[in-house]
Amino acid sequence: MNAPVRPQETIPAPLALLAEVTHRCPLACAYCSNPLDLDRRSDELDTTGWLRVFEEAAALGVLHVHLSGGEPAARKDLAELVGGAARSGLYTNLITSGIGLDERRLDELVGAGLDHIQLSVQAAEEEAGDRFSGLSGSHRRKRDFAALVTARGLPLTINAVIHRGNIAQVEALAYEAIALGARRIEIAHAQYYGWALKNRDALLPSREAVMGMRATMARLMADTAGAIVIDYVPPDYFARYPKPCVHGWGRQSLNVTPRGKVLPCHAAESIPGLEFWTVREHALAEIWESSPAFNAFRGTGWMREPCASCARREVDFGGCRCQALMLTGDARNADPACTLSLHHGLVEKMAGAEPAAPPPTRRGYAAPA
Amino acid sequence: MTLSPDARPALARGVRLVEDRVRGGHQLLAPERALTPSKVAVEILGLCDGKRSFGALVDELASRFDADRALIESEAGAFLEELAGKGMVTL
Repeated sequence: MNAPVRPQETIPAPLALLAEVTHRCPLACAYCSNPLDLDRRSDELDTTGWLRVFEEAAALGVLHVHLSGGEPAARKDLAELVGGAARSGLYTNLITSGIGLDERRLDELVGAGLDHIQLSVQAAEEEAGDRFSGLSGSHRRKRDFAALVTARGLPLTINAVIHRGNIAQVEALAYEAIALGARRIEIAHAQYYGWALKNRDALLPSREAVMGMRATMARLMADTAGAIVIDYVPPDYFARYPKPCVHGWGRQSLNVTPRGKVLPCHAAESIPGLEFWTVREHALAEIWESSPAFNAFRGTGWMREPCASCARREVDFGGCRCQALMLTGDARNADPACTLSLHHGLVEKMAGAEPAAPPPTRRGYAAPA
Repeated sequence: MTLSPDARPALARGVRLVEDRVRGGHQLLAPERALTPSKVAVEILGLCDGKRSFGALVDELASRFDADRALIESEAGAFLEELAGKGMVTL
């Protein structure tokens, strides 16, 4: 008798690549979701290594590459990286703080084929912006950089991460983005991984503030219609169902770390026991299809109840694996942000808690214990 | 509302129409977004060069598809206005 044949699920081609080209960054935002153990410059993939990743990603079906970090401009070869990605046929998006990009470097990027820039902004005015970023003068430099971008006709998106310190200024942030000439603004609550998790008590806004923000956002979207497109991601701690994290594990996107490890999401390394493969040892297609980490939570076979029999199992894919692990101790559980989760009480408790905010720990290379 | 025959539609900066070598067909790529246009949509978008007027674009489509000009004008116009609303096309 033949051995049982496991039905081969078709693995869809990925759509997006998040390329974390470096962890180096001139800013020190407390909400940073980079890991506590940051990759060092000497660990980083070199230019040739990244160009190979982009070529293989395009051949695999990736359409968008998001060059991120850290601050991608910390790499002197950034224009070469953009050029290589563009030549491979990828749509190139640079996610940057704008620090370290002067007129000359920006022109090089545009010449290399850069399609779009996403600029992080921490607040609507200089004092708070500099305080949240940890770099004096950064907000003014971001304003100057935005002017350079729009003068070149390059489409600009502002991204603003929301936390306890700036949640009351969300309207001012949107008007700041309009003043900077952005077409879009992404407003998203901090995701509590890496440094942000370490600083959660300093960053998590009160339930009242988050509820208040819902009404503010509805008004803001109506008031700014036509002037800017607002993409708002509500926090999942207060939602009924979890977010469809990365649109399902190993379904649409992959993330390459500065040292070349390939992750299904940027926080996947927080899950113990997963085996990640690196582009130094494997082709990207092989990693996408066969690496143990990508197959660990692909499809629905790994699910437990209440996910396994849930009608929404292919809508939200059980939510976020990293959050399930962080809050319930097991990555196979339903994301406790889901009201159907047996552990949902943990989220309710956390979202209701209002501890006094301690000072944040600034990111850096000497990872605190 | 109908699109003026004098409009000169073009893809907005940061929007690109590319052939999808892996999945087949085409993709309309924009910041954080990809749309999969139909074959007819690809024909329309391929004519949006910012120089050709919408009137000339409709003439061209009518001859390519040997179809009713008024129908093409209303459907292509609605399609382009929808994309303009999303910031993907300038008119």
